[in-house]
Amino acid sequence: MGSGMTDQPTTHIQLSSSVVAEAKRLRNTRYALLAPGILTIFCIGIMPLSIVLVYSFLEPGDFGGISWVLSFDAYVQLLFEEDIFDETLSFTTDYIQIFLRSVSLALFTTIACLLVGFPTAYFIATQPPARRNAWLFLITIPFWTNLLIRTYAMLLILRDQGVINLSLIEIGLIDSPIPMLYTDFAVCLGLVYAYLPFMVLPIFASLEKLDFRLVEASYDLYATRFKVLRRIIVPLAKPGIAAGCILVMIPSLGAFITPALLGGGKSLMLGNLIELQFGQARNWPFGSAIALVLMVLVMLSLISYLRFGAKKGTPAHG
Amino acid sequence: MANTSTTTTRKLGKAIDLKYQPGFSQIAWFCIAVLYAPIAVLVFFSFNENRSVTVWTQFSLDWYVKAWNNEGIQHAALISLEVALVAMIVSTIMATMAALVTTRTEAYRGLNSAIAVINQPLMVPEIVTAVATLIFFAIIKQVTGVSGIGYLIAAHTAFCIPFAYMPIRARLEDMNLSLEQAAADLYAPPFKVFRRVTLPLMMPGILAGAMLAFIVSLDDVIITLFVAGPGETTLPLYILGQIRRGVTPEINAVSTVFVGISVILVTFIFLFGKNKK
Repeated sequence: MGSGMTDQPTTHIQLSSSVVAEAKRLRNTRYALLAPGILTIFCIGIMPLSIVLVYSFLEPGDFGGISWVLSFDAYVQLLFEEDIFDETLSFTTDYIQIFLRSVSLALFTTIACLLVGFPTAYFIATQPPARRNAWLFLITIPFWTNLLIRTYAMLLILRDQGVINLSLIEIGLIDSPIPMLYTDFAVCLGLVYAYLPFMVLPIFASLEKLDFRLVEASYDLYATRFKVLRRIIVPLAKPGIAAGCILVMIPSLGAFITPALLGGGKSLMLGNLIELQFGQARNWPFGSAIALVLMVLVMLSLISYLRFGAKKGTPAHG
Repeated sequence: MANTSTTTTRKLGKAIDLKYQPGFSQIAWFCIAVLYAPIAVLVFFSFNENRSVTVWTQFSLDWYVKAWNNEGIQHAALISLEVALVAMIVSTIMATMAALVTTRTEAYRGLNSAIAVINQPLMVPEIVTAVATLIFFAIIKQVTGVSGIGYLIAAHTAFCIPFAYMPIRARLEDMNLSLEQAAADLYAPPFKVFRRVTLPLMMPGILAGAMLAFIVSLDDVIITLFVAGPGETTLPLYILGQIRRGVTPEINAVSTVFVGISVILVTFIFLFGKNKK
């Protein structure tokens, strides 16, 4: 813009028009550079979500797909079961159970990740810089390692002929293997294992900036270690804790691989139910309806995150 | 300053260390153990001569040789590489372009929504995206009659964009505009400023972004499971199929190589990240 400036006052009008042209050019450049990425994500990531909404109100086709008949069957099916012979509806808790299992497993996973992740993040944040980087590196590696392979590794450990059971038998603690695989416990453990780094890294990011003079001041005022932790450190780390919780909660709610490998047919979650409808069951509208239920759950967690978690915390008084 | 205070307090003992909290270091070590023990077991038994993945007999590389010569694995690896490379290149270019106009700028109309759209794939559970993409592509296939690996690549490109975008944006935000302004003051035209000043400076971010996109595409299971057509089995899909059939050390061998590649790439990203300081 500076190139358009001269000393003559007569060019004043020209100048302002060139400024306008410059602003217009800048705007065009902005939108042109944004367009490819935005359009790709919009077409493949956002628009199809509305198609899912439409599909959930249609009837299933004979060989997968849909037929264009308006129907609320997909939503009715969530709560009621149709008798094959007389077509009467009776209340069923099958899907409610899976729904509740998904929510409670995701909550348990988030809490467990927080209980392990917060102290870990704090420990890393209080290390000298060189060692801190080494620890961060160790946490980051699993973050970027294939989830399927990590879950498979968990399966190797937990199964009846797995390392845990064989060693327990070896030392004579048990006679026959404890069945751990295909239980809610296995799924929860697998989820914690999968998403633990998602909790540690954001909490670390907020603890890294912690001003330890506040800690010093509270010790001067005779606070105990636990009180400092509860009243100073945790409130200041609140944005990181909230971010960590939401980052663990969302993928846990929609988990598919972990319950598929570690839960088997016994511990299904919403993700498996969706896959089942698009695979073997060939009921796309029902699958779409469950996908929307999952989206609603995710939205609720995001809203509560924005309401309560995203705001910067301050040390508690009193 | 924090450094000297910690060393002196360490000499005086934990009793007066401001930062010490009881039990936290043990939990941190426990966390590392939990994260690494399963992978260690997996890697260990990939070198087992026996068919068992729990009883150790003898060291051998047989399973690596078997995996290497397995045609199913070879084909799957090539598909994976093809998809990941194309998705990486396209998504990194798109992410770079988007990052250039969403950082170091005053607020303008659409800026926040643009950032929200770019981050959208991170906010929606993958299984929902997978289902939505499956339906959408099924419609396109029905209308146009076109099929092929292009769909899979397009889907991968879309979810790779936010991963490529993150480090590029972070890098740009660390750069100030003074060098670019200096070049412009010396009458360099805008494109020359970009090519000679901005681009070289943001290169570490672009490389890190490209590698993240590559890893994310290479690792993807769920979206690929729904979108991949027949003959488009990627390596993770092949591994998933094998796991469902039963556990063999051959899967351990392939998985170990896979983990090794991720570790190498993450190490590179980590080193790029360190360079900027």
